[in-house]
Amino acid sequence: MPAVSKGDGMRGLAVFISDIRNCKSKEAEIKRINKELANIRSKFKGDKALDGYSKKKYVCKLLFIFLLGHDIDFGHMEAVNLLSSNKYTEKQIGYLFISVLVNSNSELIRLINNAIKNDLSSRNPTFMCLALHCIANVGSREMAEAFAGEIPRILVAGDTMDSVKQSAALCLLRLYKTCPDLVLMGEWTSRVVHLLNDQHMGVVTAAISLITCLSQKNPDEFKTCVSLAVSRLSRIVSSASTDLQDYTYYFVPAPWLSCKLLRLLQCYPPPEDGAVKGRLVECLETILNKAQEPPKSKKVQHSNAKNAILFEAIALIIHYDSEPNLLVRACNQLGQFLQHRETNLRYLALESMCTLASSEFSHEAVKTHIETVINALKTERDVSVRQRAADLLYAMCDRSNAKQIVAEMLSYLETADYSIREEMVLKVAILAEKYAVDYSWYVDTILNLIRIAGDYVSEEVWYRVIQIVINRDDVQGYAAKTVFEALQAPACHENMVKVGGYILGEFGNLIAGDPRSSPLVQFNLLHSKFHLCSVPTRALLLSAYIKFINLFPETKSTIQEVLRCDSQIRNSDVELQQRAVEYLKLSSIASTDVLATVLEEMPPFPERESSILAKLKKKKGPGAVSVELEDGKREGGELNGGGERGDTPAMSASNASTPSPSADLLGLRPAPAVGSAPPSVGSLLVDVFSEGPAAASAGVNDDGFLSSAPPPAASEEPAPPLPEAEDLLNKFVCKNNGVLFENQLLQIGIKSEYRQNLGRMYLFYGNKTSVQFVSFSTAVSCPGELPTQLNLQTKTVEPLIEGGAQVQQVVNIECLTDFIDAPLLNIKFRYGGALQNITLKLPVTINKFFQPTEMVSQEFFQRWKQLSQPQQEAQKIFKSGHGIDTEVVKAKLLGLGTALLENVDPNPENFVCAGVIQTKGQQVGCLLRLEPNAQAQPGEQMYRLTLRSSKDTVSKRICDLLSEQF
Amino acid sequence: MIGGLFIYNHKGEVLISRVYRDDIGRNAVDAFRVNVIHARQQVRSPVNNIARTSFFHVKRSNIWLAAVTKQNVNAAMVFEFLYKMCDVMTAYFGKISEENIKNNFVLIYELLDEILDFGYPQNSETGALKTFITQQGIKSQHHTKEEQSQITSQVTGQIGWRREGIKYRRNELFLDVLESVNLLMSPQGQVLSAHVSGRVVMKSYLSGMPECKFGMNDKIIIDKQGKGGTTTTDEAGKSSGKQAIAIDDCTFHQCVRLSKFDTERSISFIPPDGEYELMRYRTTKDIILPFRVIPLVREVGRTKLEVKVVIKSNFKPSLLAQKIEVRIPTPLNTSGVQVICMKGKAKYKASENAIVWKIKRMAGMKESQISAEIELLPTNDKKKWARPPISMNFEVPFAPSGLKVRYLKVFEPKLNYSDHDVIKWVRYIGRSGIYETRC
Repeated sequence: MPAVSKGDGMRGLAVFISDIRNCKSKEAEIKRINKELANIRSKFKGDKALDGYSKKKYVCKLLFIFLLGHDIDFGHMEAVNLLSSNKYTEKQIGYLFISVLVNSNSELIRLINNAIKNDLSSRNPTFMCLALHCIANVGSREMAEAFAGEIPRILVAGDTMDSVKQSAALCLLRLYKTCPDLVLMGEWTSRVVHLLNDQHMGVVTAAISLITCLSQKNPDEFKTCVSLAVSRLSRIVSSASTDLQDYTYYFVPAPWLSCKLLRLLQCYPPPEDGAVKGRLVECLETILNKAQEPPKSKKVQHSNAKNAILFEAIALIIHYDSEPNLLVRACNQLGQFLQHRETNLRYLALESMCTLASSEFSHEAVKTHIETVINALKTERDVSVRQRAADLLYAMCDRSNAKQIVAEMLSYLETADYSIREEMVLKVAILAEKYAVDYSWYVDTILNLIRIAGDYVSEEVWYRVIQIVINRDDVQGYAAKTVFEALQAPACHENMVKVGGYILGEFGNLIAGDPRSSPLVQFNLLHSKFHLCSVPTRALLLSAYIKFINLFPETKSTIQEVLRCDSQIRNSDVELQQRAVEYLKLSSIASTDVLATVLEEMPPFPERESSILAKLKKKKGPGAVSVELEDGKREGGELNGGGERGDTPAMSASNASTPSPSADLLGLRPAPAVGSAPPSVGSLLVDVFSEGPAAASAGVNDDGFLSSAPPPAASEEPAPPLPEAEDLLNKFVCKNNGVLFENQLLQIGIKSEYRQNLGRMYLFYGNKTSVQFVSFSTAVSCPGELPTQLNLQTKTVEPLIEGGAQVQQVVNIECLTDFIDAPLLNIKFRYGGALQNITLKLPVTINKFFQPTEMVSQEFFQRWKQLSQPQQEAQKIFKSGHGIDTEVVKAKLLGLGTALLENVDPNPENFVCAGVIQTKGQQVGCLLRLEPNAQAQPGEQMYRLTLRSSKDTVSKRICDLLSEQF
Repeated sequence: MIGGLFIYNHKGEVLISRVYRDDIGRNAVDAFRVNVIHARQQVRSPVNNIARTSFFHVKRSNIWLAAVTKQNVNAAMVFEFLYKMCDVMTAYFGKISEENIKNNFVLIYELLDEILDFGYPQNSETGALKTFITQQGIKSQHHTKEEQSQITSQVTGQIGWRREGIKYRRNELFLDVLESVNLLMSPQGQVLSAHVSGRVVMKSYLSGMPECKFGMNDKIIIDKQGKGGTTTTDEAGKSSGKQAIAIDDCTFHQCVRLSKFDTERSISFIPPDGEYELMRYRTTKDIILPFRVIPLVREVGRTKLEVKVVIKSNFKPSLLAQKIEVRIPTPLNTSGVQVICMKGKAKYKASENAIVWKIKRMAGMKESQISAEIELLPTNDKKKWARPPISMNFEVPFAPSGLKVRYLKVFEPKLNYSDHDVIKWVRYIGRSGIYETRC
């Protein structure tokens, strides 16, 4: 057949490729490609049909051009046509093109899927394989949708060829990885598991990848695979190297399959069936034994394959962690590898040993290798291996060898690579703390650490040493002495100065008896470092100085002199300046008693998880440092608060106050009313509050009150209410005071009180600019039928507001009858000639006229039943906006004006309230019930709010108002 | 200052490598190759900073010239140098190609030694260089020892570009005004941008040390003269004002006395011997556009496109434009083209995705037309064709900027020839630069 002989050649393609290869420049290449593309286009356009061979050739060329990085936007149709060819080469090229170039183009996908379906049902194994490969290569969701049902059938069908089964297993794995939801094994599960018994090793290898992946998701369904895997493994392990013929790789029988089997077993706990377990242990022993045998070949492939199985087996032994005998043998085996010539083997051995060290059975065995590991740390050439050695040292450390290991790590630190220094420092710090028998050793170690690798000592480390020194009376004197000596070095690290400043400030008196470390000597020593330090350290030193004044009154004059000098009291840094000024004043004004109280020794820190540990965990990522955490894993052991507290001893009394529920009342975030203190004043406060109301003034806008949009376009007509007016109204349903409105020019504060059916509201207009507002006028109006429901009286305000000034306006309110709308407040003024016109809703709502009513359970339910007519009840079910917090809800309900009735509802979770709305005309009794489902997932928490009152409009209005609050 | 100069072929192989300063190591050669020549994305910036080393490159056909430096140098200076280097090489061995560079390997190193000292550009005047760098075909025209000995004093002297004692039997001067006109026009015929960049190239064969004065119809000069001369009538002022052109900016050869230009706006100089570029200039106002292109593109369904293009010549009928070429881009999915044109030859060039229409000669105030039917292959790509502009190439025998040479006077007080004895030739050539019309 001529077509076949031509098909082998595809001379046109070869010529084209060689042309491109010979192009001298990019431009020439593009020219050649353009020419070829035009040629192909004209060929595809041509009315006469192309034969399969030329179609294949041109599709091939297009593929080649695409792979060179050019866009191909035609030829898909021709490629799809090739799929239906009966010739293998044509089909193959078609599939190749599809898997490389297909995008989810709707019409073509249908055609492609059709062709694939035909091939899958064709019973021709090569065609089936091609189709399966294409599905796997594309691996898109569409493919999964179309074929996820078909492939398992092919996989388990009895008459499928082995090679097709292999492809099907891997194809299914690919689809499962892209869309696990579409690949449902269900009925096929047991038959897939039984593929482990298949005659053909290739099928087993392919199937085991699929099973491993599937069993990680649903281990229970695939439980049966354990015994099958064990028997398969034992058959392989016990076979002679010649038994498996094609699957023997450099005298190792089926190494890949063995590794995969061992890895599959690692997904499951040790088998419960004694026989199976015995067989498995036997296998593992055989593997360990084989490692001891002399190698059958000198080739590296042989040892690689053997070691791969061995390491997988050891990983399994560690995973089971139940066979002391095996664990110790594994450890010894790894010990041999520690001195192996191969760097990779040493690395792997160290890594596996790290996990072995955490097992109680093998911990001792690992410890016997300590010398080798230390040696590795010192002499290893590869940094990653040294890193592993350091990890292992860390893991094998316990009370008995802590001193040796810490000493070794410290000495290594001096020459360690920069990339692992910080981690090493953390590890040394943790070990020193964890296994410290006497704390003087601990202090020595940490100070050494700072001396050797000061740059890598993070904040947490020195915070921790200070915590420990403060909490232990017995080391304080020693610490002060050591720090003093350490500071005498001509150059010491800033962290050392920090520790020194803090400790001498607290405990300098303990060593003041010695004339060599008299108070003045101490002070001079500290102050000699002062000028070399950064601002935070200087701030700390200033605090230490004021502590000195308390500890040693004789140094007072010297220190005051220092504080008074221009470089402190006029320092350009606000923080330093403020400290200098305040401390100077404190020292000169306050009596010794006051000083002693203010500057008292720091109280002990509460014990908590070492924050260094948290830091190490963070650094290594979750799970990497699972070994050392035997003590309770409490998160959030941030020490910063503690450190900062020491930083400002003077302010320790006013330590952070926890926000009370009443603060929450004013809105759920830092309340604008509280945050009136300008942030610049609070620099010291900021120290304490750290995330307190520093940003409160910005918080007003953050609150969603109002975006800081420029004032609406000026006109003499009252502007329409701001779009946010409704939100704003809701803000004030449960509170009476706060900031009503704020933009760049104007701030309006509000303060209101209500009694019976009367209310009084104070409006404060603050001019935020430095320019005066002219013709300032306000008008309160009642839209709609509100005038008949509400009676409002205002006094006029001064037409002039000076820059920065505030004027007050009183609004008297009388409630005639229940109402829905809110009165409007219109403000007009001229700022720099431009007319500003703002209209707001005044936060007067019906619930303001609530009078709380106390009643007992019986009475409540009696009344509840009385108000049982459908129109008297209003009910709403809504999602909780912020999660359910009982205290916040209570505070809000109280803010609503009703009485919160305890022990009324049989369900203690529910909130029940009662109140009477006082209007001039009538009194409306009102009962309220709020039922949260706190158990639900956050984000799905709901409330059911039911209101019953004697008047339908009231029920409805209050229901509406209150439902916006949660 | 320039730390080194490398020349690469298209494959990135180093042909010439000359390092002037120690801070440039051998790895710089590879850095440029890896990061620029073989970069995955095409590098379009002429200046690249790789590992704190700056690479300035120009490309001539397939040859890359890269100047390297670690210092903060004046990029304009470096590029000026690179262009000069190209000029010098062309003057010595013709076209810059891989083969020519390989053949003149020793010469190039010798040139590089001479024109750069420790990275500082020295004399790059071809005429001066040719007197003492004589390789292969270039024989020194002045063999005498006496002349050779004068080289030092010449290149270090005040007039480094001309040596003394040149004698010609016939004093001759050739002056070429070469302009390239650039245009972008909207389909409706609105000029979106247009400018002319021109050069005045001279070839002088004059004896002695002549002083030359060059005059042209620059607006400022003419206005100045109009004001200065008390006797000029209004008419004269008007007529000269009509033809005067506004030059946006210009640069001169180093021989022009800039101080005199600044004060009197007169261009006076002692010319180098042989060929050189006297000045470069740019104008943007009142440009004569030699051709007008009127495109008409009609899409007939999804698979067909009809294109009609008319070109009109817009200059004196007595003049002849040459080498006219119109390039009409075709869509990327073109599968067949039929062309009909009244004049010249037109062909669809698939490799360039364009229809190229060539006309050998065309007189002024004529028009010609081409129409083409383009068949398209339907694609599954939704991208619309971007319709690149139609571009044009041509050559016309006048200056599109309107520049006219008014005079070129030669004074040589020491020798006995006067301005009248010099034979002067003036020629104008206007070429197309990027001359495009959107369609």
